[in-house]
Amino acid sequence: MQAVKYARAESVEEAVSLLQDGGEGARPLAGGTDVIVQARERTRDIDLFVDIKHIPEVVSISHGGDGSLTIGAATPCYEIYGDDAIARNFPILVDSTSLIGGTAIQGRASLGGNLCNSSPAADGIPSLIVLEAQVEIAGPNGRRSVAVEDFCTAPGRNVLGDGEFVVKLHFPAPATGSGARFLRFIPRNEMDIAVTNAATQLRLDSDGTVNWARVAIGAVAPTPLLVADAAAAIVGQPLSEDTIAAAAAASSAAASPITDMRGSIRQRVHLAGVLTERTIRQAAERAA
Amino acid sequence: MVTAQSQPQSKETEQYDVIGTRPIRHDGVDKVTGAAQYGADITLPGMLAGRVLRSPHAHARIVSIDTSKAEALEGVLAVITNADFPRASDEVIDTGEGTAQLNWVLDNVIASDKVLYKGHAIAAVAATDHHIAEDAIELIEVEYEVLTPVLDVRDAMVDGSPLLHDSLHTGEMDGSKSDNASNTASHLQFTKGDLDAGFADADVVIEREFETSMAHQGYIEPHNGTAYYRADGTLDIWTSTQGAFVVRDSVAPLLQLSPSQVKVTPMEIGGGFGGKIPVYLEPLAALLSQKTGRPVKLTMNREEVLLATGPTSGTYMRVRMGAKRDGTITAADVHLAFEAGAYPGSPVGAGAMCALAPYDIPNQRIDGYDVVVNKPKTAAYRAPGAPQSEFATESVLNELAEELGLDPLEMRLQNACEEGAQRADGFTYGVIGNVECLQAAQDSPHWQSELQGPNRGRGIAQGFWFNIGFESSAYAQVNGDGTVPLVLGSTDIGGTRASIAMQLAETLGISAEDVHPHVVDTNSVGYTQVTGGSRTTFAGGWAAYETAMDIRRQMEERAAQIWECDASDVTYGDDAIIRGPADEDGNDQQFTFKELAAQLVTSGGHIVGRADVNKTSSGPAFATHIVDVEVDPDTGKVDVLRYTAVQDAGTAIHPAYVEGQMQGGVAQGVGMALNEEYYYDDSGDLKNASLLDYRMPTALDLPMIEPIIVEVPNPGHPYGVRGVGEVPIIPPAPAVRAAIANAIGVHMNELPMSPRAILDATVLGGD
Repeated sequence: MQAVKYARAESVEEAVSLLQDGGEGARPLAGGTDVIVQARERTRDIDLFVDIKHIPEVVSISHGGDGSLTIGAATPCYEIYGDDAIARNFPILVDSTSLIGGTAIQGRASLGGNLCNSSPAADGIPSLIVLEAQVEIAGPNGRRSVAVEDFCTAPGRNVLGDGEFVVKLHFPAPATGSGARFLRFIPRNEMDIAVTNAATQLRLDSDGTVNWARVAIGAVAPTPLLVADAAAAIVGQPLSEDTIAAAAAASSAAASPITDMRGSIRQRVHLAGVLTERTIRQAAERAA
Repeated sequence: MVTAQSQPQSKETEQYDVIGTRPIRHDGVDKVTGAAQYGADITLPGMLAGRVLRSPHAHARIVSIDTSKAEALEGVLAVITNADFPRASDEVIDTGEGTAQLNWVLDNVIASDKVLYKGHAIAAVAATDHHIAEDAIELIEVEYEVLTPVLDVRDAMVDGSPLLHDSLHTGEMDGSKSDNASNTASHLQFTKGDLDAGFADADVVIEREFETSMAHQGYIEPHNGTAYYRADGTLDIWTSTQGAFVVRDSVAPLLQLSPSQVKVTPMEIGGGFGGKIPVYLEPLAALLSQKTGRPVKLTMNREEVLLATGPTSGTYMRVRMGAKRDGTITAADVHLAFEAGAYPGSPVGAGAMCALAPYDIPNQRIDGYDVVVNKPKTAAYRAPGAPQSEFATESVLNELAEELGLDPLEMRLQNACEEGAQRADGFTYGVIGNVECLQAAQDSPHWQSELQGPNRGRGIAQGFWFNIGFESSAYAQVNGDGTVPLVLGSTDIGGTRASIAMQLAETLGISAEDVHPHVVDTNSVGYTQVTGGSRTTFAGGWAAYETAMDIRRQMEERAAQIWECDASDVTYGDDAIIRGPADEDGNDQQFTFKELAAQLVTSGGHIVGRADVNKTSSGPAFATHIVDVEVDPDTGKVDVLRYTAVQDAGTAIHPAYVEGQMQGGVAQGVGMALNEEYYYDDSGDLKNASLLDYRMPTALDLPMIEPIIVEVPNPGHPYGVRGVGEVPIIPPAPAVRAAIANAIGVHMNELPMSPRAILDATVLGGD
C-alpha cells in the first residue's frame, strides 16, 4: 500500500465533488473492509478515500409508515441486524448481515459496500434482489434510482459512473403473507465466502397458494442473478414437492458458474438447486 | 502465583508433589497482557525495512535479473540476489528435524539459476520504509524462460518428466545412485517376513489407492527475521523459530561466518508445528544488514507464508492388506510416494516407519519415494509423514474389519504391538501403551454410547509416533530466598517453560512457582536442539532433572561444609530436607531448602547447577481416537458431532497442556481430513494462498474434544515422560473417513474429504 489521501465528506454534495475531483483514483470509503484490503494488497489503485460514513443519511435506518424501509448505504451490519423492526419485518436482512465477514467485520461492513464491491458471491445482494430493493445513487447530475438486480454488471463492476456513489437502499413494504430467507453454502461454519448462495421471497394467500415470488442466486454467474423461471415454477399454486423441485431445477439451469478454489461448476449448479429448495421451504415457514 | 489444582492428580502421578498438577504457566501474564515480545515487535535504531521479490512462475529458468532501477530508487540501500551470497557447497548440514545440502538450503532461501515454485524468492531489498521497499521490488526486472511445471508426484516419477534438478539421481538405501537424473530423490524399503506367503494365508485382501493434498502448518504468526551485522563482524538475529541453534548453524555457513560470530535470539513464537524450523528470511536479513551496516527487518505476509513456507507433503499411496477370517492380519504391502516440494527431503522415511507401527504384522513390505515437484519445499509438520501413511493403512484396516464383520477396535487389539514386538525397520518396542490406549477407548463413555440418527456415523483409528530425545541444556542458580531462575534454550511453543520448570521443582522438592524459567539466546545457554519431535518436555525435562541433581549434590557439599562433616554423610531428601549427622550434643542437624539457600552467600557463594543431556532414546506414543460425524447428503458437508482422543503420555507433567496438545492435534488433523488443501491451477499457481480460502477449522467447526490421558510411564526417562505433541494429529483423518463411510456408505480415498469431493463421490456420481 502506498500513502493515500483521506477526505471526510460532511454532505452528499461534498462527497460527489470530492469523488469527481479525485478522478479514477478516488473511492468512497464506508466500512472499508473491502477497499482498504484491496488498496493494501495493490489489487486496486486508490489514491483518495472519500469517507462517506459521517453523512447522516448515509448511515441511517428509517421505517416508513407504510412498512417500507430505507437503509443508508454505509450503515454497518450490526446496526441492521440489531434493529428490532428489521428483525421483525425483514428478517432476511438479518440472515445476510449476520453472515457477512465475522462479528468484528460486521461492526464496520455495510450493505452498500457489499453491493458496490459487486462480488458475484456477495452475501448481501441476493437478499436485496428478492426484496425488490431500489438503489439510490448520487452523482454530478443529481440523484437516480436503479433496481438492485440491474446494479452489478460484472465481477467487481457496476453501473456507477464518475463521481457517483450509493447513498441508500429503499425497500418496499412486504405484503401480508410474505416470507423471505437467505442461505449460503460454505465448507466451514463461519468466516468464509459462499460457494453458492440463494434467496427467496414469496407471498402466500390464505389458502396457501403462492401468489408472488422472487428467487435470486449468487456465486454461479458473473453477477448475482434474479431467476424468474424459479419464481414462475412455484407461483399460482400451493407449494408441493413438484413445484419446489421445478424451481430448484430452474435455478440450476440458470446457473453458469466457473470452477475455482471455492467450488466446481457441477457442485455450484447442484447447490443452486439445493439452496433454492431450502430457501423456498424456509421462506414459506416465515410466511405462515 | 496461584496454583490451580481444581483437577485431581491422576493415579500414576500421585507419588509426585508438582508433576501432575496444573500450575499457571510462568509466561502467562506476559502473553495475556500483550507484553510478550514477538519477532515483528523488534525495533532498532536505524532499522531498515526489507521486502522479497518472488517468482510468478512455478518452474522457470532465470535468464537475467536487472536490479539497477530498484537500486536507483531513493530510499533503497541494498538489493541482493543469490549471486551476492558466498558460493555454497554441497556439504550436508543439520536442519533441525533432518539434514540438507547447504547449496539447496541457499537456493530455497533465494533462487540461483531456476525458480522451482510460485513464490520462490528471487531478490530482496532493504529500504528506509516498507512502502519504498514494496515499490523497489516492482522495479526489479527478471527475464524468465518458463518451463513446464511438474505438479503431481506420479507424473514427476515418470521417465521423461521435466526435471527440476539435472544433478539429482535416485539414491537407494545401499548408497547407490541411479544412472539417469530423476525427480525421485530417494527410495527406501523396509521388509519383514514373507509377503507372498502372508497374502496366501489371508482370507480377505483389500487394496486401496489414496491421494492426499499438501497441507500447511497454519501457524498464526507469519515468519519474520531481523538481523544486525555489526562493525566487528558479529551478527545478531532476532526471529520466530523453533530452534535458535539451527538458525545459527544455518545462517553462519551461508554467510561463511563462524558460529561464534552469530547470536540468535528466539522471540516468543505464534505457532510453529515444525514449519518454524527452516530458515527463510534470516539469511536475507543478515546479508542485507551486512551490505548496509544497519539492522534490517523482514516479515512475510500471509500469502508469502502459504506460497513459500511449510507445508507437509502431498502424496500418492497404495496399501494392500490381508487378514484371516478371525481378524489376524497376515500381510501388508505399502507404497508411499511423497512430494518433497522443490528440493529433496520429504518426511517419507518417517511415514514409512510409522505406517504399520501399531500392529504386529508378520509379513510386511513398505516402499517409500521422496520426489521433487514444483511446489514449496516441504517442512516438518507435527509427526511429519505419519498423518499421511497412517491414513492409508488405518483406512484399509477399517475396511478389512468392515469386510470381515469385526469390531474395528477389537481387531486392533487383536493385532496390537506390545513390548518386544519389532517393526519392519528393525526397531523393537520397550514398554508401550498401545493396548492401554485401545482399552481406554473401549471403556470410554463415547465408545459405550449408541449413535442414532440418519446420515450419522462413527469411526475409530489408531496412531503411532516415535518422539525423539537429543540434546538439551539448562542451568539454574539458587538465590538466597530459595527461588531458582532456570535458563533454557528451548523455544516455548506449548507450555514447556512450565513443564520443564515443574520437573526441576519436583526434583528439588520446591514449588513450581519458585522456579523462574527463561528462554535465552544462543550465547547464553548450552546447545539445545529444536522444539520439535515432541522432545522438549522429555529432553528439556531430563536436563532440568540433571540440573536439579547437580544442585542437590552441591547443596549436600555446602551443608557438609557448614556442619564440618563429610559430604557423604549428608543427604538431600525428596522432601527437600537436607539432613546431616547428629551434632556433638547428639541433636539432629537439618536444613530446609530455603534455610540452606539463605546461608549460601555467607558460606561460600551461590550454587549454580547445570546439565547438558543428549539422549538417543525416546518414549513412543500411541493414540486412539473416536469420532461421530453427520453428513449432509445434499451438500456433502461433514459436521463433527463428538470427538474423543485417548493418548499415552507416559507421565502427564502438566495435564492441562497435555490435553491442549491432544485437542490441538485433533483440530489440525480434522482440518487435513475435511477442508485443508493446496489448490493449484495447471500452471502451478497456488489459488488459495490466504486463510480465507485455505480452510482451517474454526472454533465453530469442532465440538469439545474430549481428552483421555493414559499413563504408561516411559522407563527411559526419570519421570516417565514420552512426549505428547505430535501423535494426536495422526488418527483424525482415518477416523473421520471411517465415520463418513459409516454414515453414508462411501469410502473416500482422497484428502481432504471436502464437500465438493463428497458430492463428487455421491450424488454427482464420480467423474
